[in-house]
Amino acid sequence: MIAEIGHYGLVLALLLATVQSTLPLAGAARGHPGWMALGPAAALGQLIFLGLAFAALTWAYVVSDFSVANVAQNSHSAKPLLYKITGVWGNHEGSMLLWVLILALFGAAVALFGGNLPETLRVRVLAVQGMVGFGFLLFILFTSNPFDRLAMPPADGRGLNPLLQDPGLAFHPPFLYLGYVGFSTAFSFAVAALIEGRVTAAWARWVRPWTLAAWSFLTIGIALGSWWAYYELGWGGWWYWDPVENASFLPWLAGTALLHSAIVVEKRDTLKSWTVLLAIFAFSLSLIGTFLVRSGVLTSVHAFAQDPERGLFILVLLIIAIGGSLALYAVRAPTLRSTAVFAPISREGALLVNNLLLATACATVFLGTLYPLFLEALTDEKVSVGPPYFNATFLPIIAPALVAMAIGPLLAWKRGDLGRAMSRLWIAGLAALGVAVLSYVAAGGDGILAALGMGLAGWLFMGAMVELAERIKLFRAPLGESLSRARGLPRAAWGMTVAHAGVAVVAAGVTASGAWKTESIQAMRAGDSVEVAGYTFTFEGVKTVPGPNYRAERGTFTVTRDGRPVAVLTPEKRFYPVAQRDTTEAAIHTTWLADLYAVISEPGADGAWSTRIYHNPLVPWIWIGVIVMGLGGALSLTDRRHRVGAPRRTRAEAGAAAPAQA
Amino acid sequence: MRALLFALLFLALPAVAVEPEEILDDPALEARARAISKDLRCLVCQNQSIDDSNAELARDLRVLVRERLVAGDSDQQVVEFVVARYGDFVLLNPPVKPHTWLLWFGPVIILILAASGVALYVGRRARPIGIEAEPLTAEERARINAVLRDKDKP
Repeated sequence: MIAEIGHYGLVLALLLATVQSTLPLAGAARGHPGWMALGPAAALGQLIFLGLAFAALTWAYVVSDFSVANVAQNSHSAKPLLYKITGVWGNHEGSMLLWVLILALFGAAVALFGGNLPETLRVRVLAVQGMVGFGFLLFILFTSNPFDRLAMPPADGRGLNPLLQDPGLAFHPPFLYLGYVGFSTAFSFAVAALIEGRVTAAWARWVRPWTLAAWSFLTIGIALGSWWAYYELGWGGWWYWDPVENASFLPWLAGTALLHSAIVVEKRDTLKSWTVLLAIFAFSLSLIGTFLVRSGVLTSVHAFAQDPERGLFILVLLIIAIGGSLALYAVRAPTLRSTAVFAPISREGALLVNNLLLATACATVFLGTLYPLFLEALTDEKVSVGPPYFNATFLPIIAPALVAMAIGPLLAWKRGDLGRAMSRLWIAGLAALGVAVLSYVAAGGDGILAALGMGLAGWLFMGAMVELAERIKLFRAPLGESLSRARGLPRAAWGMTVAHAGVAVVAAGVTASGAWKTESIQAMRAGDSVEVAGYTFTFEGVKTVPGPNYRAERGTFTVTRDGRPVAVLTPEKRFYPVAQRDTTEAAIHTTWLADLYAVISEPGADGAWSTRIYHNPLVPWIWIGVIVMGLGGALSLTDRRHRVGAPRRTRAEAGAAAPAQA
Repeated sequence: MRALLFALLFLALPAVAVEPEEILDDPALEARARAISKDLRCLVCQNQSIDDSNAELARDLRVLVRERLVAGDSDQQVVEFVVARYGDFVLLNPPVKPHTWLLWFGPVIILILAASGVALYVGRRARPIGIEAEPLTAEERARINAVLRDKDKP
């Protein structure tokens, strides 16, 4: 009964999506307020019915209703409650349901919080959102219905893959989807603007907070996935340039570019058609990512949705959404031209450089990710594109972007003074040099490129600080005045400084962990010890401990440094009887400057265990930096100007170039 | 994400890759073996190097790489030996060949195209600020005066 209610909720949501994407659009064209009012109402209704469907599926999981095929295939009665709940989206059907639920969430958010938008724009945004929802609800109902019943329910379920039985599953997919799907709002704004044939500075101001929210979620979501891979897979690595990772990274790159170009539209009323195109691209890349992951096209052997029907369905959806929006763009973009003067050395010029490099980086990752697919489809030649390719192409493109990132914010709008900006950055240059030399010496003269990378991180961090100091006139005005200036700074300005500093911290972590990782692989018996990066790891042996639905072999290492105890690490190797599979649980002790990382794997015939121990320098900085970036996004989101919007004033000034405030 | 993918693919188990007994006694040789392994694909896995994978085939390849190194092969000879057996597909760092030209030169081409696009855009827009427009010629001035005079007439 509960499952049928969920199914029914899906159908009702589909009907509401149909209404949402048609009548209000006609109403907006004809100026019919009654029809337009249907848009927000349908968006809210969709959220309610999809919430109901999602709750129904969750219920089926919690009570282990194995007459529901999806539950029988992916759950087990002995699973801890947390994994019964997170298991809802640990499979194809459930994760698609989460996808549309989040889409509806954003639609409802536009309906509720979009009160400052002109009614026709809000309704058109909602209509586009409704169209996307319509397509995906059809997909779920026709190819991936999570509520299908089994005529003969099994006594127990097949269980959730042990790798997914981890708190990581609770947070990673929802955050990732909040980001992925969040770009649908930017997409809807872009398509709505194309329908209206008008992109104004006010439009950019409205679209920014939605992009910012999606970007922040995606940033956190990608990092959560990376962190999960880091501690769960036991390889000591955190990023592999895997196609699935790239699928989430592509919309992030496009979204980051969008975030910055929308500022140019808002402040200078130019780059309009490019910004609209970026908004279309960001969500299109999300859709392509969904397609790549869901259709199983990435592997010819085996995949998520083996069923070619599903792959084809999403491909058609993809073609309609991307093709349709690009066609509309081709027709309408010429009307979006602006006549504003654009000087190369200016804030907008720097933002354009940011867009140039981010777009190129995005195109490069796209090329590398899809090249093997296209090559095989077109020529039957098989080629592998792995981390060496991406490191060789992506890093040289992104490094100049990091250099420019410190300079751009110091340039004024309209006409900047590069010499003056550079002279303000002397301290950042000094920091870069100092950090580079220090890390080169600390690493024992190993890795000149990595030392340069560290210097770059130092440059960027100090650059962000210099920019902040400039704004509040630190050391140039009395401290009291600086403090009151700091209080008076717009939240968006704080957000930028914080986010840029976060990028610097991530850059340092990425560089150091990639270049100066120490690894030690050996067979150990109880009592053996091994020296890794100055720490002594003593193996105390392995004990068997029971878990809720697994049995664990738990190894114990005591870690000392110069005879002083540092940590006790207890890595586990777990065996899940339901799935007949092992998992590895790495034990990690962080010193904040490095992670001490230990894994045990197989006992040898002679009773010795093979162990691997890593010293991963600055890996914690990656996570810290990402959190700082996300906080920067959130801080910027609280900027009052994003909500008030002041559309009338901005529109009036749009022709005469809005004043440069931030 | 990779974890998710793996879990969903029901492929290789996430155990350690290089096992202690595979490791060569000579650290220099072992370091070379690791470097080579990182660029060789585990053919039965999803985009994973043999250094990361614990699949049987990856293990065989790791042992093979080490055997060749011990036998005195250079790094390049080892890679050529593996490629001769399994084809270019085994290389995670694809070689520059006609069918990968687009892959390798693509980013450069994209960057050049995008940069020229940006330069063109800015070039058209960047009326140098501070420099005054060219003064009118006597002829133009006369024409403007004529037009303005015409307008003033009732």
